[in-house]
Amino acid sequence: MDLGVIDLSRLQFALTALYHFLFVPLTLGLSMMLVIMESVYVMTNRPIWRVITRFWGRIFAINFVLGVATGLTMEFEFGTNWSYFSHYVGDIFGAPLAIEGLMAFFLEATFVGIMFFGWGRLSKLGHLLVTAMVALGTNLSALWILIANGWMQNPVGAKFNPETMRMEVTDFGAVLFNPIAQAKFVHTVSAGYVCAAVVVLGISAFWLLTDRYKGVARRSMTVAAAFGLAASLSVVVLGDESGYALTDNQKMKLAAIEAAWHTAPAPAGLTLFGVPDVAARETRYEVQIPWVLGLIATRSLDGTVTGMSELVLKAQERITSGVVAYDAVERLKTDPANVVQRARFEAHKRDLGYALLLKRHVADPRTASPALIATTAWDVVPNVPLMFWSFRIMAAIGVLMIALFGAAFVLTSLRLHTQTRWFLKLAVIAIPLPWVAIELGWMLAEIGRQPWAIEGVLPTFLAASSLTRGVLWTTIIGFTAIYGTLAVIEVRLILATIRKGPFEHDEDAYPVPDAGPAGRGAARPVAADPIPA
Amino acid sequence: MFDYETLRILWWGLMGVLLIAFALTDGFDLGVATLLPFVARTDSERRMVINSVGPTWEGNQVWFILGGGAIFAAWPFVYAVSFSGFYLAMFLVLAALILRPVGFKYRSKRPDPRWRSGWDWALFVGGVVPALVFGVAVGNVLSGAPFRLDSDLRAFFDGSFLGLFTPFTLICGLLSVAMLVLHGSAWLAIKVEHGPVHDRATRFGTLAAILSLVLFAAGWAFVAWTDIGFRIVGAIDPAGPSNPLRTTSEIAAGAWLANYALHPWMMIAPLLGFGGAVVALIGIRRRIESAAFAGSSASAVGIIATVGLSMFPYILPSSIDAHSSLTVWNASSSEKTLGIMLFVTVVFLPIVLAYTAWAFKLMWGRVTAHEVATNPDFY
Repeated sequence: MDLGVIDLSRLQFALTALYHFLFVPLTLGLSMMLVIMESVYVMTNRPIWRVITRFWGRIFAINFVLGVATGLTMEFEFGTNWSYFSHYVGDIFGAPLAIEGLMAFFLEATFVGIMFFGWGRLSKLGHLLVTAMVALGTNLSALWILIANGWMQNPVGAKFNPETMRMEVTDFGAVLFNPIAQAKFVHTVSAGYVCAAVVVLGISAFWLLTDRYKGVARRSMTVAAAFGLAASLSVVVLGDESGYALTDNQKMKLAAIEAAWHTAPAPAGLTLFGVPDVAARETRYEVQIPWVLGLIATRSLDGTVTGMSELVLKAQERITSGVVAYDAVERLKTDPANVVQRARFEAHKRDLGYALLLKRHVADPRTASPALIATTAWDVVPNVPLMFWSFRIMAAIGVLMIALFGAAFVLTSLRLHTQTRWFLKLAVIAIPLPWVAIELGWMLAEIGRQPWAIEGVLPTFLAASSLTRGVLWTTIIGFTAIYGTLAVIEVRLILATIRKGPFEHDEDAYPVPDAGPAGRGAARPVAADPIPA
Repeated sequence: MFDYETLRILWWGLMGVLLIAFALTDGFDLGVATLLPFVARTDSERRMVINSVGPTWEGNQVWFILGGGAIFAAWPFVYAVSFSGFYLAMFLVLAALILRPVGFKYRSKRPDPRWRSGWDWALFVGGVVPALVFGVAVGNVLSGAPFRLDSDLRAFFDGSFLGLFTPFTLICGLLSVAMLVLHGSAWLAIKVEHGPVHDRATRFGTLAAILSLVLFAAGWAFVAWTDIGFRIVGAIDPAGPSNPLRTTSEIAAGAWLANYALHPWMMIAPLLGFGGAVVALIGIRRRIESAAFAGSSASAVGIIATVGLSMFPYILPSSIDAHSSLTVWNASSSEKTLGIMLFVTVVFLPIVLAYTAWAFKLMWGRVTAHEVATNPDFY
């Protein structure tokens, strides 16, 4: 296979997924915040909360469409660019994607139209319910896509079927309740909430700094402070660490994040800083806090955190075992009824994926020498410096977010948030930070899983479609041009919307009594007349 | 509950239901977008057209996304082979569809006429390109795609992007455009107040109905008289493992019409395709708008069902390899996955249909120039 094609396929998937994920977190969080704001409107019946809901709804809308547009690419990209992946695991992986469409996309897409167009056609409570359905839909969609991604990290409830040359489901319940998927869901959704809270906090702070729309800004900030504090605590505390002891690859991820080249005596220390040296397989200038990693990762004083060298040795054994399974599968292709080969396959099938790692270096894994197996075993180590630094930046931003929202919560409780200028400036500066952390988190999950597309089952370099470099460059350039243009337009529209402020001229267009036949005048809410700041 | 063979047939039917639901709902959105620059000239007129689908198009589009997801879950071979095989065509569809949500939402954000006209043409592209490419793709499915599977069941392709366009596949592509433009103009006739937009939509609808009839007949003639068609050689095991290499196929001229001789009831589908377009034509000319929409819907159902029934049990035949064609019996998910997904569908599809119907009912009524001018929530 052409490794150039693999790299380009990965590049395109990374670009389109990371780009898609610029919009998704804000959608996840802002939809929830809209429910909170509109609930306050319904309960208090004060028109300013309607203005607040509708303004953040406009920001939500501009962002939402790009999430939808770029999500289209994602739904089909497994088929277009990862054709062998789609065949190999479609029996399991396709199901959460289909259920996502049926259960989540319909909900959010149908109700989002009503949310924007239905203000004049629904009662206040009715509209709130519609907004809640949108939030439910977006969050359910995150659940199902993370069940799919969690399965790539920890492929439970499935086995390889030599007759169909693919993985097939054995226990759908195990796929649904995959502990890695559950942890990922909580972590990712909370990160989205933080992102939205930072945006609402930052834009409100900007208005307060420039002395505009104070009534809207003050109230929005209160919602953001409480929501953001809960979410930022949830991201870190209920974070991703819980699954790191589960599989060999998850252990490898943890070892790479810590640049732990060897198993340290228990309880292991947490590396705060260091410079991982990949060639020498050691970390220079290490600064460690004793015991902490062992405590966090194993929840005990005597559990060990396995180092990369030890994990590589284990991979070497699994490759050797996997070659037996590979040989049996090849023989079963021509002789499906062979009982002896079937038994050999069953005994070694859990290591089949490891034999496939050899295909990067040799066409037939059965011809690999022990020396080749030993060097191939090192393929299971992901990019250590990237993992090491991505994690540290992400974690630092996580801690910063807790500090920011802690301060916001205290200041809003003391009613000091409108005049504490250093805080308002910080809140504006912080706006890009959640995106940095979120994109790095996504990279940690995906790059940390390398060389696997499906952990222990299918290496990434075997998963791509049989395309040519030419067509891949065509689509990479095409997507980059379209996405780049749309990004510029989107940012400009959001900035223009912020500049215009929450009171659009159309805010007063409502009370026109003869609003036309479709108006159903009675259902129309009262005007959002000028509101004191 | 059901055996493997029954599950496969049910999922083949469900795939058809999803494609038909997509054509019936998002189909008119695509048709309306295609018509946008031609039936509406002033900004007010164009906003009437856009807002006729504004509140509901997004939900409609999910039929397309769900179609992708459901094919992935139930027919992983079809998902893997078709989307990578038609790679650049798929990119073209996605690039065009990406313009749609953005076009609907961003157009109204600035009053600048050049900005708005730019998005109008983006919406036009987002309507006509997918409509055309879907049809061309169906044409290629009917005539077989140039792919083969190796012993690991990895797919390889010999085709090129330009190779997708042959006289037959172009007829299919144009039929798809005509069918969806007919459906779109029937929608506009229901949804837009009487006036210039309504009149123009009626004229385009008449043309589209006639073209639908002509192109559907031309497609039928191609299938009957050229060497398009495949048949299975040797034994079939409808409950066997999903491994295409165990099936042998051969090209057989006229084979796509063999099912109609075996099962005459299947003629309902092509008759619906023709009859629906005739009813739509009469409805449009006589200004019976509900009949026009019912006719265009029936025609779309008939045309899509005709493709599926003609090819059964084939889903995606290979034009270059006798052992790679994908059929209902060799390309599905495992029995377990089909069963689980059927259960999920039976539970959730009725709920989806219920709130979709509620959403359409809530937004019912003709879009008027007055409302476009006064409602701040309109695009």
